[in-house]
Amino acid sequence: MHGFGFDLAHMLAGGLVLVSLAMLYQDRLYSLINTLAVHAVVLALSVAWQARIQDAPHLYITAVIALGFKAIVVPMALRRMVFKLGIHREIENVVGVGLTMLGAIGLIALSLVVMLPATMHADPLAREDIALALSVVLIGLLMMVTRRNAVSQVAGFMSLENGIVLAATGAQGMPLVVEISVAFSILIAFIVIGIFLFRIRERFDTVDVQALDRFRGEQR
Amino acid sequence: MNAVSIVLAAPVVAAAVLAAVPGYRISARLNMAACLISLLAALSLFARRPEVGNYLMIDDLNVVFIVLNTFVGFTASVFSASYIAHELDSGRLTVGYLRFYHAMYQLMMFGMNLALVANNIGLMWVAVELATLTTVVMVGIYRTHEAIEAAWKYFILGSVGIALALFGTILVYLAARPVLGAGSDAMVWTVLITRAHDFDPSLLNVAFVFLLLGYGTKVGLAPLHAWLPDAHAEGPTPISAVLSGLLLNVALYALLRFKMLLAANPDAIAPGPLMVTLGLVSLLFAGFMLYRRRDIKRLFAYSSIEHMGIIVFAFGMAGPLGNFAGLLQMTMHSLTKSAIFFSVGHVAQVKGSQRLSDIGGLTTSHPVLGWGLVVGVAAIAGLPPSGVFMSEFLIVSSTFARQPYLATLVALGLLVAFGALLMQLSRIAFGEVRGKVGPVEASYVPMFAHLAIVLIAGIFLPGPLVRWFQHVAVLLG
Repeated sequence: MHGFGFDLAHMLAGGLVLVSLAMLYQDRLYSLINTLAVHAVVLALSVAWQARIQDAPHLYITAVIALGFKAIVVPMALRRMVFKLGIHREIENVVGVGLTMLGAIGLIALSLVVMLPATMHADPLAREDIALALSVVLIGLLMMVTRRNAVSQVAGFMSLENGIVLAATGAQGMPLVVEISVAFSILIAFIVIGIFLFRIRERFDTVDVQALDRFRGEQR
Repeated sequence: MNAVSIVLAAPVVAAAVLAAVPGYRISARLNMAACLISLLAALSLFARRPEVGNYLMIDDLNVVFIVLNTFVGFTASVFSASYIAHELDSGRLTVGYLRFYHAMYQLMMFGMNLALVANNIGLMWVAVELATLTTVVMVGIYRTHEAIEAAWKYFILGSVGIALALFGTILVYLAARPVLGAGSDAMVWTVLITRAHDFDPSLLNVAFVFLLLGYGTKVGLAPLHAWLPDAHAEGPTPISAVLSGLLLNVALYALLRFKMLLAANPDAIAPGPLMVTLGLVSLLFAGFMLYRRRDIKRLFAYSSIEHMGIIVFAFGMAGPLGNFAGLLQMTMHSLTKSAIFFSVGHVAQVKGSQRLSDIGGLTTSHPVLGWGLVVGVAAIAGLPPSGVFMSEFLIVSSTFARQPYLATLVALGLLVAFGALLMQLSRIAFGEVRGKVGPVEASYVPMFAHLAIVLIAGIFLPGPLVRWFQHVAVLLG
C-alpha cells in the first residue's frame, strides 16, 4: 500500500496545494492565468495517476477534461478576454500578500486538523488526499474573497473546483465522478461566457457609497 | 412510461420545442401546457408509485414536494403568460429573449423535479446545479447593470455553495464506502439510510457541516444569504416567485435528506443545534432588515429569508411536532409567497417601478390587486386564519414546551417581522394613491387560487393530509 504509487499520489496532491499557494501571490492577471493552467496540469496528472493506481480507466476521461479544457481552453479564453477588456494591469488585493499567505497556511493547518481525525478509519490514500483537497478548496475560497476582479475570482473558483475534483477522484470507486466533472466544466464554461458577454470589468471597483447603493437597487 | 419519467421528460421535451418556437403567445401557452402535464403526472404519483430505482425514487417525503413544485410551476407559468406580454410591450424583453426565457423556464423545472426525485446523492447535486444555472441566466435576462450584477453575485455565491455541497457529498460517500463497498450503492440514498448507523460518525459530522453551508447558501440562510435579495429583485417576477416558492424548498429538501442520514446514526452529532442557530439568526436578521427596505421585491425577498429561518429552526427542533410544523410552513410559505410575487409583479408593471416610495394606495387605485396583496401579506405575516399562522403557532408552542428561551427568541423574531410587514403594507395598500394609476391587465386566477388554499388550510386541514404530514414528520426523525 505504502509504495511508490502512494507516494506519487501524495506528491501530486501536495503539488496542487503548492500551486494554490503560488496563485495567491500572483498580482498580474496573465501570470495568474498561467498559474491556473499549471494548477490544472497538476490536477490532470494527479487524476491520471489515481486512474492508474485505482485501476479505474474512466478517470482518464476526467484527466483529459482537466488537461484539455481547464489547462488549455479556459486559460486561452481568459487571456483573450483580459486582453480585449484591457485589464492586464495589477490586481488589487483586498488584503496584503503576506497576510493572505499566513491565512492560507492557517487554512491548510485547519483542514489537516479537521480531516485527519475525522477520516481515521478511511483508507490512508483517500484520507490524506481528502485533507489536501480540502486545503485547495479553502485556499480557493480565500482567493475569491481577497480579489475584486471578476477574472481572478473565476481563477479562485476554478482552483476551488480542482480541489473538489481531486477529492472526488481520491475517494476510491466513487460513481458519477466523470459526470460531475463534466457538470463542473459546463458551470465554468458558463462563467467564462458570462464574463465575456456581460463584460464585467471590475466588481466593486469603487468605494463610492452611492455606487454601492445603486448596485443594491435601493437608492431613494 | 411511468409517471416519474413524464414529470422529468415533459419539461425537457418542452424546453427543446420552446427553444425552436418563435411566437411568444404560442410559447407561453406551450409553457403552461408542459407545466400542466407535469402537474397531472405528479398528482398521479399519489395513486400509483413506480418502484425505487438506483437513480430515481418516489417516497412519502418527496411526493409532497413534487406535487407542490409542479403546482406552483404551473400557476407561475399562467402568471408568467400575462406578465411577459406586458414586458414585451414595455420593451424590457424582446421576442428572442422570450424564446430563451421559456426554454430556460422548463429546464429549471426539470432541474428542480430531478433534484426532488433523485435517489442518488450525486445526481441530486447535479440537478441542483442545473436549477441554479438556469435561474442565474433568468435573473440576468433584463441585462441592465443591476440585473447583471445580481446574476453575477448569485452565480458566484451559488457556485461556491454547491461546490461545498459537493465536497460534503463526497465525504458522505467516503463514510459509506467501508460499509457498502466501492461503487454506486454507496451513493444511493435508499441504501444509505438503511445502513447509516454503521457509518463512521466523525466523517458524517464533517460532511454535514459542508452540506449545511453548501445547500444552506442556496436556502438563503443568514450569513450566506447575500445573493437572495438581489436575485429576487432584478429578475423577472415569475422567476422571483419560483425562486422563493420552489428553489429554496428544493435546496432545503436536499438538506433534509442528509439530516435524516445523520439522525439515523446514533454517534453522529445532532444536526439540531446547528440548524436551530442558523434558523434563528436568519429569522432575527431578516426580521430587522424588513424595516429599511425601499424596494418591494427586496422586501419580500427578505421575508423569504425570514421564513426559511423559521422552517430550518422548526426542522432543527425536530420531533414529530417540529417536523410537522416545518413541513406545513414550507408548503404554506411556498404558496403564499408566490401569490404575493404574482401580485407584486403586476403592481410593479402598473407603477413602472419597484420602489416602495412609488407605490401607494393600491386598494383605492387597483382594488382587486391591492386587496389580493393585503390578504397575501397578512397571511405571510402570520395573521389568523391563514395556514402560516397555524404552522407558526405550532412552532412557537411546541418550542415553548421544550425550550422556553428559544421560543421567546422565535416569538420576538416573528413579531419584529410582523410589525415590519404591516408597516410596509399600510404604506403600499392604504393611504393616498402614489405612482401611476394605469389600467392593469392581470390574470388573478393563480394568485387567488394560492391564497384560497392557504386560507382554507388555516381553517380546515383535511384529515388524510394531516395524517400524511404526521407520517412524514415521523420519518424525518
